[in-house]
Amino acid sequence: MAITITESESTMSALWEAPRITARSIEPDYVRMSSLPFVKLKHVSKSYGSGKQRREVLKDLDLEIHRGEFVAIVGYSGSGKTTLMSLLAGLIRPDTGSVTMDGREITGPSPERGLVFQNYSLLPWLSVFDNIALAVNQFFPDWSKEQRREHIEKYIAMVSLTPARHKRPHELSGGMRQRVSLARTLAMNPEMLLLDEPLSALDALTRATLQDEIEQIWERDRKTVLLITNDVDEGLLLADRVIPLSAGPGATLGPAVTVDLDRPRDRKSIQRDPHFKRLRNQVLDYLLGAGARQKPKRRENVAVITPRDEPSVSRRQSLVGN
Amino acid sequence: MNDKKIRGDWLLLPMAGMAAVVVLWAISSKTWAPNLPTPWKTLQVSLPYLMQPFEKRGELDQGILRFTWYSLILVAKGYTVALLIGTPLGFVLGMSKMFAKTFDPIIQILRPVSPLAWLPLGLVLFQKSEPAALFTIALCSMWPTVLNTAVGVRAIPQDYLNVARVLNLSRTKTLLKILLPATLPYMFTGFRLSLGIAWLVIVAAEMLTGAPGVGGFLWQEYNSLIYEHIILCILTIGVVGFILDRLMGVVERRLQVAKA
Repeated sequence: MAITITESESTMSALWEAPRITARSIEPDYVRMSSLPFVKLKHVSKSYGSGKQRREVLKDLDLEIHRGEFVAIVGYSGSGKTTLMSLLAGLIRPDTGSVTMDGREITGPSPERGLVFQNYSLLPWLSVFDNIALAVNQFFPDWSKEQRREHIEKYIAMVSLTPARHKRPHELSGGMRQRVSLARTLAMNPEMLLLDEPLSALDALTRATLQDEIEQIWERDRKTVLLITNDVDEGLLLADRVIPLSAGPGATLGPAVTVDLDRPRDRKSIQRDPHFKRLRNQVLDYLLGAGARQKPKRRENVAVITPRDEPSVSRRQSLVGN
Repeated sequence: MNDKKIRGDWLLLPMAGMAAVVVLWAISSKTWAPNLPTPWKTLQVSLPYLMQPFEKRGELDQGILRFTWYSLILVAKGYTVALLIGTPLGFVLGMSKMFAKTFDPIIQILRPVSPLAWLPLGLVLFQKSEPAALFTIALCSMWPTVLNTAVGVRAIPQDYLNVARVLNLSRTKTLLKILLPATLPYMFTGFRLSLGIAWLVIVAAEMLTGAPGVGGFLWQEYNSLIYEHIILCILTIGVVGFILDRLMGVVERRLQVAKA
């Protein structure tokens, strides 16, 4: 059973345990794990620049993610979300503190951690198939050509792009491109998925569709997922735990909110669920209160939600909910 | 602009433009430029060279396409040297800021030097006319390739490099699978401009070295006072240059699609 206990939420663990057992009656072996966290960030700080230009992005950040867990980090634009992701991907190293996976220090990029970029990062001169093939050929060089082709086709089908598999990225819509990017990462067969605001460049309807697809894919093979987003609802809809990231500079993680809602979660009914609203308020209270910028110079950067007394009507609800 | 669309204007209008120039030419040769051969006379005198374009009647008396062929061979050689040196140079220039700072000023100084200035130096260095011509063509036509390649390498989005890192691509693979295809459209723009310059240089190079070719023929006919052939050569050089540019343009456009 996936046990996720950090100090801040140990009191709540009993709440979500029951629905999760029903949702996860058949679990792959790797989910039955020790109580040790799979990924651990300890006292991590990261700054850019030097001298007077020096800007502290992340400050003394702690995070523990367990195997098979879906964690969402919600924060302001420019608060250091991508820096956090780059640390986990191994693209950059922390100034202080440690980032470990399975007890080993993360020193560079690895196929164990598949990163899905915010801006898709597909190679425009390669077709959908070839973009994915680049990753597959790299990580499974001993497979036969036929094996690799089947593997690639399988993941193209998983994101329902089979009819478009020979198209180039510029012939695809934003949502389709992000699907390719997702398929490329999934085809690497990573132990952990790092989703860096994967849907933030998409329109609301495409966003909703892709959220459902991400949930379905996750339901199928229960990989460990870290999703970074600026949409509180997205985090609550998909994740087991939602952790707010305070506004930078010197961003740090707030108290985790455990999402004890039954899966699969229905986006329509969930919006009316009073418990869902309570959870959302918990996250927002931190983001708009303790985790807000000390002197909010640019309020438009608050991409989370429009602050109001009871922020129960989101942009997406009005679009999708009816 | 509110032009009316005429049927077949893609053909009719250029023909009309050409006819206008020919009329102007005819009037000029009748009035203020008595040494300029008339269009009709030019055609008559050029006819043997046009009708038997591959004929070889003697070393200095060959069909116009045969001469063009010699020139194209020489251009191809010089151009190949230019690409072989220019492309890697452009890559290094684009990838290393230090290298760019070191060599950019000297490149900017050498770039505007005329082929007529390089050729004597080539002759001094190589003693023979063909290597000197190759040297000149390569040196003059290299710069657009160098500079465009460098711009292309600098323009590679960080995303692509992140993909390379996340996929753990080796340095060679990153070069072949990411850097090279990402730079290709820019490189090809450089290639096209370089080819145009190489073709420009050929005439100067052949004139000064007396090598057989369309430029050499032009100079020789000037010395033999057969001015009709000068015009024939000019038109040939122009048409061939136009065709080369169009051919490169077709390939370039295909690559631009990949850039989008």
